[in-house]
Amino acid sequence: MAAVTIALKDLRQRIRDHSAFLWGIVAPFGLALVFSLILGNVADPSSFDVSYAVVDLDGGEMGRVFVDEILMPISKAGPLGEEGFFDLVVVTSEAAAETMAENGDVDAAIIVPSGFTDAVNSGAPSAVTVVGNVNSPTLAEVARSIASGYADEVNTVRTSVFSLVVLQGEMPDEAEMSVLAAAARAEPAPLVVGDDPAASKILSAQTFYAAGMAIMFLFLAVQFGVLGLLEEKQNGTMARLLAAPISRTSIVAGKALTSFVIGISSMAVLVVGTTFLLNASWGNSVGVAILVLAGVLSAMGIMFFVAAFAKTPEQAGNLQAIIAFLLAMLGGTFFPVYQAGGLLGKLSLLTPHAWFLRGLGDLTGEGTIGAVFPAALYVVAFGVVTGLLAQFRLGKAVAP
Amino acid sequence: MSFHIAAGETYGLLGPNGAGKTTTISMVTGLLERDAGSVVVDGKEITTTSTAAKAAIGYVPQDIAVYPDLTGRENLTFFGRLYGMRGKSLSGRVDEVLEIIGLSTRADDRSDEYSGGMKRRLNIGIGLLHRPRLLMLDEPTVGVDPQSRNAILESVEHLSEAGMAVLYTTHYMEEAERLCDRVGIIDLGLIMAEGTREELVAVVGERDRVRLTATGHVVAAEEALQRLASVEEASVREDGIDLLVNGASAALPSILEAAARAGAAVTSVDVDEPNLEAVFLHLTGKALRDIGVEADAMESAAASALGGEE
Repeated sequence: MAAVTIALKDLRQRIRDHSAFLWGIVAPFGLALVFSLILGNVADPSSFDVSYAVVDLDGGEMGRVFVDEILMPISKAGPLGEEGFFDLVVVTSEAAAETMAENGDVDAAIIVPSGFTDAVNSGAPSAVTVVGNVNSPTLAEVARSIASGYADEVNTVRTSVFSLVVLQGEMPDEAEMSVLAAAARAEPAPLVVGDDPAASKILSAQTFYAAGMAIMFLFLAVQFGVLGLLEEKQNGTMARLLAAPISRTSIVAGKALTSFVIGISSMAVLVVGTTFLLNASWGNSVGVAILVLAGVLSAMGIMFFVAAFAKTPEQAGNLQAIIAFLLAMLGGTFFPVYQAGGLLGKLSLLTPHAWFLRGLGDLTGEGTIGAVFPAALYVVAFGVVTGLLAQFRLGKAVAP
Repeated sequence: MSFHIAAGETYGLLGPNGAGKTTTISMVTGLLERDAGSVVVDGKEITTTSTAAKAAIGYVPQDIAVYPDLTGRENLTFFGRLYGMRGKSLSGRVDEVLEIIGLSTRADDRSDEYSGGMKRRLNIGIGLLHRPRLLMLDEPTVGVDPQSRNAILESVEHLSEAGMAVLYTTHYMEEAERLCDRVGIIDLGLIMAEGTREELVAVVGERDRVRLTATGHVVAAEEALQRLASVEEASVREDGIDLLVNGASAALPSILEAAARAGAAVTSVDVDEPNLEAVFLHLTGKALRDIGVEADAMESAAASALGGEE
C-alpha cells in the first residue's frame, strides 16, 4: 500500500511538471510523425505526385506497345484512374519532352526513338532514352526502370525469335515474324519473384517509425519513476521515507510502479495515437500488449541499473539518455542496422529495441500471438539481467 | 552513549557541529545501522528494518525535506498516508497541523513558493502530523530568521505540554535552556554530562564566566591568568579570553592587572552567571558559542551563495 501511495505522489509530481507527458508522448509521437511523413513517402511512391512525359518518335508497333500497353495501363490516364502510379503526358517532339523534364514540369521524359520498331525487327541496336529532372532522381530512376523492364522484355522476345530462326535455317517474312513475336510475348514468364508483405514480415514505414520512436522514448520516459530514488535522496525526503513505518522494499516498489505506469501509459497512447493518426499497423492487440509489457520491463531494468550506479539524478538522467539513444540507434529504430551485417549487425541483436521491432515484424508476418514470444522473452531477459545487476548496488540509492 | 526521555519531557542534545547529534538521531530513527547497543521507543526496539515500531517516532531532519512541487497540504497528506492515516481523520489532522504551524492560509500553495521560515515550519509539521510518542527535531532553527525561530520554539513548547516526548538537538545554548527539561552535553560522540540546567550548572560550581575582549599578547595573558588562584579555567578565543572565575567581582582587579602585565590590552569585560555554555567550556575545554558562531557564519555564507533569503 505504501508503494501505491509513493507512486501516486510521484505521478502527481510528474503530471505537474509535464516531464512524463513530454518524453513519453509528445516527443516520440512528433518524431514518428516527422519520420513517417518524410521517409514513409520514400518507401511508398504511390503517395508521391509523379508525372512522366513520353514521346513516341517511332510510330511503329514497338513504340505503340510501350506507350499503350506498358505505360498507359499503370498511369492515371489508364484504367486505374486516380489509383494509377503517375500522370502521363504524351508529347509529340523530343525537344518538348526534354524541356518539360528540365523545367520540372514532369519528373522524367521517356523518348522512344525514330526507327525503334525497325531496329527491333532487324536486330539493329536502338535505345529508349530517359531524361530525368535533376530534382527528382528517385522518380527518374523509377522511369528508367520501367523503360529498362520493357527493353528486357523486347530483348527476350527478340532472342527467342532469332533462336527459332537459327534453328529453322531461314528468315520468316514480316507477317510470320509478327506472329512469332506475339507468341513469344504472350508466353508466361517461367520464373517470377513473388511479393508477399505478410510473409516477409516487413513493417510499413508508418508502423516502423511509430514503433521505433515509441520504444526509444520508452527508455527515457521510465526514468521519471526510478530516478525518483536519487531525487528523494537529493531533496532530503529519502530520510523521511526511511524514518516512516514502511519497508525499504516498498520505497523501491513505489518508484518501480511509477515507472511502470508511465511506461505503459506512454506506449498505450502511442500505439492508439499512431494507429489512428499515422495509419500505423501494429498488429494483433494482445501480441502488441505482450511486446509493450516486455519493453517496459526491459526499460525499467536498465533504468534501475543506471540509478544504482549514478550519484545524482542529473548524472543518472544523462547516462540514461546516452544509453537510450545508443541502444535505439544500434537497435535499428532509425534505420535497420542489422542490414549492415558484420559486428554492427551482431551488436544490433543485443539490444531490446531490435528484438522489439523483430517481434512486431513476426506478429505482422505470422499474425498469431505466439509469434511474439521469442522476441518478447529476449526483451524481458534484458530487463531482468540489468535489474538483477542493479540489486547489488541499489541499497546505496535507498539510503539517507 | 545512553539516555532516556520520558513522555512529556523535552530532552536536549547540546553540542557543536560535528559532535554527533545528527548521527545519534539517525540511529534513533533507524536511518543508520548501530554497531552495538539498542534503541527502544515506546517499548519497541528500533532498527533500520523496523517498520511498525517507527510509527511511534516523528522525525524532523536538519535540512528542509519537503516536496517543492507539492502544496503544503499535499506534503502533509502524503506523509500522513505513509503513517497509515486515512480519510477524514487524516484531512482533519492536516488542517489541525496547518493551524499549529501557521500555514492554513497558504495550505494550497506549492511549497516552493513558501519563504524559508514557512518551509521550516512545514518541515516540522510533517514530523508531528501523526501524533508521534517521540518527536525528534534535529537543529530545526538553523538558518531561520528570529521571528520564525521564536514561532518554532513556541510550537515545541506546546508539544511537550501535550505529552509528547521531544528529542531536540541544537548548538544554541539559549534554545536548550529555554526548551529542555534535561540536557545532554555532547561532544565527539559522547555525552559528557546530562541533567537539568541546575544540575549541569552545579557541575561547574558557582563560578562566573568572564569574557575579556583584548588585543596584544593574548596567549601570554591567558597563561598568566591560568596561574591566578581565583581563575579556574581560561581559554583563548578569536578576540580575547574566556575565564571561569570564583568571585568575579573581587577577582577582577587582579585579572586586569595580570593581563596588562602580560602585554594584553583589555578593551571590554563581560561577566555572566554560570550557564550551559560555561558547563560546555568546563567539560570540553572549548567554547560552545564560538563554535556555534562559526557554524552560523558558514551557514549564512552558504545561504548567501545560494541566493537564499535567510
